[in-house]
Amino acid sequence: MTDAPLLEIEDLRVSFATPKGPVEVVKGLSLSLGREERLGIVGESGSGKSMTGRSILRLIRAPGRQTAKTLRFDGLDLMAQSSRQMRQIRGARISMIMQDPKFSLNPVMTIGHQIAEALQVHENLPRRDLQARVIEMLTSVRINEPERVAKMYPHEVSGGMGQRVMIAMMLIPRPQLLIADEPTSALDVSVQAQVLDLIEELVTGNGMGLILISHDLNLVARYCDRILVMNGGEVVEACAARDLHKATHPYTKGLLAAQPRMQETRDELPVLDRSGGAGT
Amino acid sequence: MSSPESSQAAISLKDLDISYGDTKVVRDVSFDVATGESFALVGESGSGKSTVLKAIAGLAPDWTGEISVLGKPRGHGTDRAFSETCQMVFQDPYASLHPRKTIDTVLSEPLAIHGIGKRSEKVVEMLGAVGLDQRFRFRFPHQLSGGQRQRVAIARALMLEPKVMLLDEPTSALDVSVQAEILNLLKRLRREQGLTYLMVTHNLPVVSFMCDRMAVMNKGRIVEIAPKTALYDGSFADPYTRDLYAASGGNPDADPEGTASHLKDPA
Repeated sequence: MTDAPLLEIEDLRVSFATPKGPVEVVKGLSLSLGREERLGIVGESGSGKSMTGRSILRLIRAPGRQTAKTLRFDGLDLMAQSSRQMRQIRGARISMIMQDPKFSLNPVMTIGHQIAEALQVHENLPRRDLQARVIEMLTSVRINEPERVAKMYPHEVSGGMGQRVMIAMMLIPRPQLLIADEPTSALDVSVQAQVLDLIEELVTGNGMGLILISHDLNLVARYCDRILVMNGGEVVEACAARDLHKATHPYTKGLLAAQPRMQETRDELPVLDRSGGAGT
Repeated sequence: MSSPESSQAAISLKDLDISYGDTKVVRDVSFDVATGESFALVGESGSGKSTVLKAIAGLAPDWTGEISVLGKPRGHGTDRAFSETCQMVFQDPYASLHPRKTIDTVLSEPLAIHGIGKRSEKVVEMLGAVGLDQRFRFRFPHQLSGGQRQRVAIARALMLEPKVMLLDEPTSALDVSVQAEILNLLKRLRREQGLTYLMVTHNLPVVSFMCDRMAVMNKGRIVEIAPKTALYDGSFADPYTRDLYAASGGNPDADPEGTASHLKDPA
């Protein structure tokens, strides 16, 4: 194996054309992700964190435009790939878990079918092996009675189970990098921990890289090695997860302070100063 | 039957069972919320906590037992007089506002239904109370952000000057920083208007900030009623509550060693 990072981004910009001229939602972001490293991207809605995740897969649709000085994945220049080549990479080598399983699973296909499809696109397997891999994958995401669940439709399973199905689907082609965009914000606290523990276990067990995108600082601090805090399309702070409480940037401090604590003594929560914006 | 003055409880539930069709989803729920208190219902989804609020609001009519609000027993359906004393704020501000009605229409409607005059002045005043600029008055919901919409939903609930507010996960659809603003707003309104809150949430730190007591629900039953101080040291009696507390990360401020064990060592 080489020492080169798994993913290298330099000066990534995403912009949308509007009647008032182009608006940049990601303004010159640079990052590098080592092999088997877990990186967290935190920020409020509109900070550009999801756009960053999508642009790694080159999923920004027109009228959005993305440019980057470097966007290199495992030695491969992603910006230079054709859309056909990108399709070979998506799912097989870089996978993405979206926020809400309700909207990202096909409602008219059984769960077993969908997972099998994800695999078939990238590998040629006889039908018997395919079925076995699907069952194996459902078992690995801790779904009881995988044979029965494989025959069910997405509306028949709960949110937590749906998200586990999504994870199975994304991990079945054994990608090198997993991008999880708010994988648990549609789920309960108790299920959240299960899903994240599962992602963590599968990621570390298979030597994958992970980019976890979330608005929840504490959650990211628990599951990642390194954290990038984004605001207004820029990275305002980068630090190791365990040094999060030592954060220096006022925005990060503001986010940390705005969270209620288990032992709350403050009468009022400090609120971020949104000078310039319309506020909420 | 007691009059509202002699009764201490703003909301009183006794042996409440709620069903949807043939399925019983809530069993044997009894608790009292004192006037001016802020009470939380916590638990995971499917535990029946929102259903309890719906039954009080008259949106889940299939129940047995006793519900009384401010000393008056509650009927099974929606009722006009009741809506002047008790109002509900829903979870998702993207779904709870009519997309084709302006904020002005949304806020005037309860007044029109109840035949209350001076609507225009009241709308202006209420927008000020929830911290929304007057320029939002004639906008549509899609022109507002999530936090702004939740402010409108709170304003709508307050239009009839109720004494009891039912809050169903009022901040779970919002970002952390916006959540802080809405929580501050709710806390201020409660102080200024002497409101009683019954709040459903799954976020334990929010309970610590907003509420005095909480009831923990699991599978349709209340397993424990605890004061908020139990959140400081995790002194819960029920094993389910302790699990829920641990899943929420415990209290890192209480025990500095505890913090270290939650942050996984990358090496």
